[in-house]
Amino acid sequence: MNGGMSIIVKTVTRFVYALIIMFGFYVIMHGHLTPGGGFQGGAVVASAFALVLVAFGTAGLKGVLNRHLLQSLEEVGALAFLGLAFAGIGTAFFYNILANSGAVFGKTDPAVLASGGLLPLMNWAVGLKVMTGIVSILIIMIIGSREEAVE
Amino acid sequence: MKRALTVAAFLLVAAFLVVAATTMRPFGEPSHTEMDDYFLANCQTEVVANNVVTAVVFDYRGFDTLGEATVLFAAVVGVLALFRTVREDER
Repeated sequence: MNGGMSIIVKTVTRFVYALIIMFGFYVIMHGHLTPGGGFQGGAVVASAFALVLVAFGTAGLKGVLNRHLLQSLEEVGALAFLGLAFAGIGTAFFYNILANSGAVFGKTDPAVLASGGLLPLMNWAVGLKVMTGIVSILIIMIIGSREEAVE
Repeated sequence: MKRALTVAAFLLVAAFLVVAATTMRPFGEPSHTEMDDYFLANCQTEVVANNVVTAVVFDYRGFDTLGEATVLFAAVVGVLALFRTVREDER
């Protein structure tokens, strides 16, 4: 497991993983315009990290991805989602205060990126939460299974 | 006796499936569409989002998404607790 896979897989992974991450961020960013959203885009980004983990093994992992940083980012995403939900508590829980307001994300044209009110921000929060959550699950399970195999 | 019961149960389920398949509504015409029509008609003016699914998930039914996020958080915490216990036992 430490050595990773063959040089073909490693080379293809070097070509592809940045594109996968970019596509995942595109899905998150355009969540309120095109099919997809925070959950789907976060899963796509996490799949890129899973590809890197499978291709290169856990040897190249040390120092690149910090498990505690990932878990902190997941909690930041969850708290941001909850805070955005509480932003409209004056009217109702999950009330969209920014939609149709004309402010930052409040454009009244539904086909532009800066529309949707709180929807893009919630997509980013949930996307951050899902990608860091799945990547930390992967890292924890790989580390756990490797130590079981070694010992 | 047991075989007869099995055959009877099989025939009952098969008859139910045949009846359900023959009396099914035609594709694309569900029986209750008030909520769907409301979402499709008012999503672009109320939430200003072209993706109706995201508007439903994050705005109209945001509480459900909060539950999903909680489920994912619980999954991460569960995996962490599980593997941490194994590692401490082995040391």
